[in-house]
Amino acid sequence: MERLSLNDLGLIIGISLMYAAPLMYTALGGVMSENSGVVNIGLEGMMTIGAFVGTTVAYFSGSPWLGFLMGGLAGGVLALLHAIACVSFAADQVVSGIAINFLGPGLALFLSRVFFDGATMTAPIPLQNKIPRPMNNLFTKGSFLDLVLNQYATVYLAFLLVFIVWFLLYKTKIGLRIRAVGEHPKAADTLGINVFRVKYLAVILSGVFAGLGGASMSIAVVSNFRATLISGQGFIALAAMIFGKWTPQGSMWACLLFGAAQGIVVYLGGTDIKVSSQILEMIPYVLTLIILMSFVGKATGPAANGVPYEKNEA
Amino acid sequence: MSKMKKILALLMIAILAFTVVGCSGGDKADDTKKPAEQKEGEENKATDEQLKITMVTDVGGVNDQSFNQSAWEGLQKADKDLGTKSDYQESHQDADFVPNLETALDAENDLIWGIGFKLANAVYSAAEENSDTKYAIVDFSYEGDEKNFPDGTPDNVVGVVFKQEQPSFLVGYIAAMMSETGKVGFVGGMESEVISAFDYGYQAGVAYANKVADKDVKVLRQYAEAFGDSAKGKAIASSMYQQGADIVFHAAGGTGDGVIEAAKEQDKYAIGVDRDQNDLAPDNVITSAMKRVDVGVYNVIKDLKEGKFPGGTTVVYGLEEGAVDIAPTSDKHVPKEILDKVEELKKLIIDGEIKVPVDEDSYEEYLKTLE
Repeated sequence: MERLSLNDLGLIIGISLMYAAPLMYTALGGVMSENSGVVNIGLEGMMTIGAFVGTTVAYFSGSPWLGFLMGGLAGGVLALLHAIACVSFAADQVVSGIAINFLGPGLALFLSRVFFDGATMTAPIPLQNKIPRPMNNLFTKGSFLDLVLNQYATVYLAFLLVFIVWFLLYKTKIGLRIRAVGEHPKAADTLGINVFRVKYLAVILSGVFAGLGGASMSIAVVSNFRATLISGQGFIALAAMIFGKWTPQGSMWACLLFGAAQGIVVYLGGTDIKVSSQILEMIPYVLTLIILMSFVGKATGPAANGVPYEKNEA
Repeated sequence: MSKMKKILALLMIAILAFTVVGCSGGDKADDTKKPAEQKEGEENKATDEQLKITMVTDVGGVNDQSFNQSAWEGLQKADKDLGTKSDYQESHQDADFVPNLETALDAENDLIWGIGFKLANAVYSAAEENSDTKYAIVDFSYEGDEKNFPDGTPDNVVGVVFKQEQPSFLVGYIAAMMSETGKVGFVGGMESEVISAFDYGYQAGVAYANKVADKDVKVLRQYAEAFGDSAKGKAIASSMYQQGADIVFHAAGGTGDGVIEAAKEQDKYAIGVDRDQNDLAPDNVITSAMKRVDVGVYNVIKDLKEGKFPGGTTVVYGLEEGAVDIAPTSDKHVPKEILDKVEELKKLIIDGEIKVPVDEDSYEEYLKTLE
């Protein structure tokens, strides 16, 4: 058996980060929404529209950052629909989320046909117009540090966002309000917090983050959108958020774990160890499940999560 | 509040309906009405009546920059040259195949194409149930799969397969001749008969170059087990470049986007598949193993038009028919001497001097003939 060299380890870490970053954005979206008591299974749809809008804007404007922001905004617009349905009209949050998951890809494909001559795949962005890699050419090509740190800026921003969301939720007044609304909206209301406004804010932000997650797939990991680009990442992010016990830092670790499992699979597939690739393909999912079941324990979300708040009910 | 809920429920239904329309493509609604109207007046027209043809794509969608797109180009060429009327149904997941074939049937098409071996089961059952409608499938031979299809190809179905091992052999030769590090890579989509023909054809090409040019180029191989996971394709290709490969060939559909992306980022070489993929990364895609699905699709439609529809059989297209080749843009990166040699190799393959292997067993045999 081959020995695991430092560079192999670097490769695995690098792949983990590449895989984990889009999931982290999206999981943070889930954290925002669910801490305010609104279940958001529409993350997948919001990610898809973000991925499409991100790469399309970047392609036409030549600015990846504008594309990235617009991707987030597009996710936010879809989330607004979710908020209207779930907060104002107290609709079933799961049903609305499913509708969003249909709406996102449907809209993305429809618009793609409009902008790219009937194609369901956008044209690729040239390398110089992609999100920059801040540490490109800083280290020797292919060295350990290069493999680990030569990532797109979106990867670093994902970690920054984890910190920002953690700070927002646990160190600021608005964060306390979001959590209060998610735990016991009636009590929060009695204390004069505008429950609806807080929920709207949290849900829209969740869409923005999911949109950023999608855009980080389509303008950093690859350089174009196609119908199969976002296929399940939104649900994996949702699972990561639950395993992370609805906290930003927990979600981050869950996403990194999943990314690491993917990295290990790619590494193993490249060695002489004879394992069928179908078995290898299962490893990330099985490994994530086993580790989380054995080390994380019972997952308890916000008390009023998923329950629509209606002011006038007794 | 409950009135509000009802309104909301209606809104959600409207959204869902809108999405479905969005998925099935803009102008489909009109298309399905037309044939019914046409039928009434012209029921007894002869065979030179306009043929109506549709194709159901694999999950990549019609503009996958790969074989679905190529098939669609074949249909469009038939529209132009043979006066047919073509349309497509896109599949976004495996579960779409059956309903899409159903929609195609309802639209009263004369010929329905299934693009890709993943549709083999769906096309087979549709053809069994509707023996009056003609079907064709790309990349699958029912005769070749006796275990699942003991009765072979139904009479109203044509299988179209390509000798993908032939262009793979040629790009394998090119890769081995151009590699400076002595290592080249292959990224496969899912393990299957078709992909293994790419895989072993490529390896045979490398082995041939090793023999005639006295080289020792190794092939790194890895399967992504997915045709739509670009991130995985990128990860695998990065890992191969890290291990010292300088040219990676992919036969992995959308997963291959990631392979080409990795080549682009790390300034290495990649080899595309199915169509000329040089436009995805002009400085990095040195050649492509082209499968001219368009040529195959067009030929079958031409036969149908001339009343020679080869129902019940599987037609095999290769270098001889011009249905497989290397990309025309190869001369941008590949030196002329190598391309001249490739032309010679094509002749040898057509003449049967070189029998390109398609799987592990035939590859072992091929290696013996090299010694």
